[in-house]
Formats: sequence, C-alpha cells, structure tokens
Amino acid sequence: MTELILFNVFNGLIVGAFYALMALGLSLIINLTSVINFAHGGFLALGAYIAYELAPYLGFWGALILAPVLTAVLGLVVERLMIRRLYGRDPLYSLLLTFGLAYVFEDGLRYIWGAQSLPFKVPDWLMRPLSNYLFFLTGYRVFMVVLVAVAVIGLFLILTRTRLGIRIRAGTLDLETVSVLGVNVRILRNLNFGLGIYLAGLAGVLAAGLLGLQPTMGDALIMPSFVAIIVGGLGSLVGTLLGGLLIGVAAGLATVYVPSASEAIIYLMMAVVLLARPRGLLGEEGMNL
Amino acid sequence: MSERNSKLVWNVILWIVLLTMPYWMNAVGGYTGLATRVLVLGLAAMSVNFLLGFTGVLSFGHAAYFGLGAYGVGMILKYIAPSTPLGILVGVLVGTLGAAVVGALIVKLRGIYFAMVTIAFGQMFYFIAFRWNTVTGGDDGLNGWRRMPIDLGLGKLDIASSGQIYYYMVLALFAVSVGIMALILRSPFGRTLLAIRENERRARFLGIPVERHIWIAFIISAAFASLAGVLYALLNNFVDPRSLHWTLSGNFVIMAVVGGMRSFWGPLIGAAIFVVLQDYVSSYTQNWMFFIGIFFVLIVLFFPRGVLGIIRRRQS
Repeated sequence: MTELILFNVFNGLIVGAFYALMALGLSLIINLTSVINFAHGGFLALGAYIAYELAPYLGFWGALILAPVLTAVLGLVVERLMIRRLYGRDPLYSLLLTFGLAYVFEDGLRYIWGAQSLPFKVPDWLMRPLSNYLFFLTGYRVFMVVLVAVAVIGLFLILTRTRLGIRIRAGTLDLETVSVLGVNVRILRNLNFGLGIYLAGLAGVLAAGLLGLQPTMGDALIMPSFVAIIVGGLGSLVGTLLGGLLIGVAAGLATVYVPSASEAIIYLMMAVVLLARPRGLLGEEGMNL
Repeated sequence: MSERNSKLVWNVILWIVLLTMPYWMNAVGGYTGLATRVLVLGLAAMSVNFLLGFTGVLSFGHAAYFGLGAYGVGMILKYIAPSTPLGILVGVLVGTLGAAVVGALIVKLRGIYFAMVTIAFGQMFYFIAFRWNTVTGGDDGLNGWRRMPIDLGLGKLDIASSGQIYYYMVLALFAVSVGIMALILRSPFGRTLLAIRENERRARFLGIPVERHIWIAFIISAAFASLAGVLYALLNNFVDPRSLHWTLSGNFVIMAVVGGMRSFWGPLIGAAIFVVLQDYVSSYTQNWMFFIGIFFVLIVLFFPRGVLGIIRRRQS
C-alpha cells in the first residue's frame, strides 16, 4: 500500500509539474495581456510534433532544445498577426480568437500527422528504472521533474534578473506607466507571448516522451491548467506553480482511493478554494482583469 | 417606415420562416432534423446571450447546463418512467439547480476570471459523465431510450415517429422561452441587468444588489440552456459527454457573436449560420473543425459585431 501511495504521489507530482509548466505559460500571457489562450494546448501538441519531426536528424536532445524554440517563434508570429489586433477590446474577442485557433491547430495536426498515436523515442538509458524497489521511478520521470524544475527556476530568474523580465512584471501591474516610461509595449507583449508559448512547447516535447503524440494531447492538459491558475490565484506565478503541483498530487492520491474521481477531484478543490478564498491561494487582492 | 413598424415586419417574417421551415427545408437541401437543430442551438445561444449581451457577464461554461438537461431527460426516460413531459421537467430542474450551486460560488468574480471559472466548472460535469460508466454510459453515451408520444388528453402528440411534429413541439417551447426572455428583459429586473452591464460600479452605488442580480440572471439563463439541452437529447434520442464539453460552450458563445450579441435575435441567426455551415462542410471533408476554426478567427478579426450588428450599422 505504501508503495502504491508513493507511486501515485510521485506520478501526481509529475502530472502536476506538467500542469504547472503549461499553467505558467498561460498565466504569463493572462497577467500581461488579459488573453486566455485556448490555443495553448494546440501549441503544446505542435511543439511535440515538431520534436517528432526533428528527432531523426537531431536526436532526442537536439529536438528537446530546438522544438520549443520553433514553437515559440510561431507563437510570436500568431501574436503579431492576430492577437495584437485585439488588445484593448473586450477580452471576449481574444478568447474567441484563440478558441478558433485551437480548432485549427487540432484539426490541422490531425490532417498532417493523422489521428493515430505516434511513438516518440527517448534515449534508452532514461527509460530504465532507477532502483528495483522503487520500480516506477524510471529515469525519464525523474528527468522530467528535474527539467521542469530547471525551466521554472530559469523562468523566475528571467523575470527577476533580466530587463525583459522586470519589464514584464512591471507591465503586469501597470502597463500604461511602463509604456510612458519609454518601453516598447508592443515588443514586450510579443516577447511575453513567445515566452509563454515556449513553455507550452517544452511541455509538449516532455509529454510526447511520456505518452506519445496525439493531436488532442493538449486538450487533456489545458483544463487542469486553468484550475491550477484559479487555485493558485490569478496574478501570482508562484501561486500558479503551487496550484499545479497541488492539484497534480491531489489527483494522484485520488487515483489510490477513488480512481474514477481522479479528474473530478481537482474541480472540487477549485470549488473549495473559491468558497474559502475567491482570489485563490496566493492571488493578489483586487486583481481585476 | 418607423423603427417600430420595421421591427414588427421583421418579427412577422421571422415567425413565418420558423413556422414554415419543415416545408421548404428539404427543397433547399436540408432536412427537418437540421431545422430542429437550428432552433435548439439557437435557444442555447440566446440563453448564453442573456448573460453575455444583456448582463455583460461572460459565461464560457453553458454546455454544462445544456448537458445536465440532456442527461436529466435521458436518465428519466431510460431508468424512471417513459414520460417525455416528466423528463423535460426534471432535465430543466437538474440543469437549473446545477447553475444555482455553481452560480453562488462565482458571482463575485468578473471578466476573464469569471469566464475561466465557468469553463472549469463545466469540465467537472463532463468528467463525471465521462467516468460514471454504470449510470451515464461513459464515453459511449446514454442510449437505449427514446422520446415518447405525449398524451394531451384530447389526443396524442406523436413526437416519437414524426420529426415534423417534434419540430413543432420544439418551436412551441422555443416561442414560450423567448417570450419569457423578452418579458424579463423588459421588466424592471431586466433593465437593472442592462444597467449592470453598462456600469456596474454606478449600479452598485445606486444600491442595486449586483451579485444577487447576476446570480439570478445566471440561473435564468441556465434554465433556458438546460431546456435546449433537453430538446437536443430528445431530438437525437441519445446523449454523450460531448454535450457537456467546453468546446460546445465556446460554440454557443461564437453563435451569439456571429449573429450579433447586442441584439435579441442575433444568436438565433448565428446558430442557423453555424448549423448550416457545419452540416455543409462536414459533408465534404472530415476536417470540418479546421474550417469552422478559420471561420471563427475571421469573424473575430473582421466582423466582431456579427451579422445583425453590421446590418444595423448600415441602417443608421
């Protein structure tokens, strides 16, 4: 039983790390531009498929490095051509635009690569269990958690140490003032979007290694990411990270005791959090978006 | 022609079109079921627009109440009693109750936060339907039941065997629903909703209990959405979890926007465009979602006011 619980908690942690990675990207975009990016799951899947195409030439590591970057570049283009036109309008419109894009992504991927699941090869030494006792701890699972941790630390370093990151955080609080101080807000929003999409692409490559590729692979992750953001609190990236891990572990534990409720449990958690603290665990007071 | 008269003329034309739809639908390449779908999804989109266009609250999770209604009627007919009226009643009640509970949790939230939370709660019902195999049929859906003729006392309304009779039953319920909706919007309560949409802070200063108004509006809107879900399930004699999925919620919102969300009838027009387009495109290609998606993107970028919005702007 202990093993089962350990296994599921660890599994939940991995899943939670995924949610967090995806939710952090979504959160970055929401905080600065009030855009709920429904196409985030589409970008995630796209990142995975790009990695799938690159892997035969560059190997796993090359694909892991390059695919998220290429996905982010596409994100920059999408922001520049479409989403930029909708800033300052009712947030409904950007929401519907990305909703339409989500359809386009999913069906486009299905058209190109087919609906069936494709395998994504991970180096053999990563697939071996680390020990006989904890058989579920394959290298790849540990590697994923480590990589997510590195990505998150990198993100927080960017946001606190670089000029771009500091401007993004300032813009989250008061974009107008940032603009008046001479920062090119258009470029700022563009790069911020790209950064969020980079995280989606990275999550996509990692998910491909664990579960294989499917056009709908982002679908299963986007709703929990919303929940992670809501539980953690809108406007707080640390909250988003915490929310993601929390719901991941909760879902993992639910798998042990009531397997059929493992998906519904996170929404129940969200309801409890909203009841007790409508702005979320670490949400800013009076964050109006 | 005065504005009042032209409104009257358009209303008459609209009802003539709706009343005669089953007779010319086949001639233009459609079928009666398609006409019924337009009405049902039109009602759902109008219910979403009750919040979106007239209260100014963006609910992105109305498929939840649509689906609750659909499962409600399906389960009554399958497990409890083969009575269509009872099924309709229970379906609407289930959806409305669901909205009352969720609504109470979220009335304090606004804007995109409200939208996100409504979507997320919608997904909760989706997963319950998806996972609770023994009762809901899981991913395969709930089948093995069908709509039953209604005994009116004077005679039988044979909706079971005739799609056309079913269309007219849906039309009657649709007419009653939109009538009630219009009356509510004209009442002092409806005017207060408009006031909240225009300037929530000022409404609050005037002493209007904004949260309570939004909560009630949310419940009213969800009641109509669940009626639409009930009618949709009866149309197909089938329910599956997709009628609870967030993409359907998004489709409702898009229908409202395509038609024009500041107008009362806009969402119905949007639903008609959506249903016909989907039917047409999916008969040519499996990848109809791709083209629907492109259509959404183009609408948002170039015609955000919707069909009726554009017509109105031309006139003025």
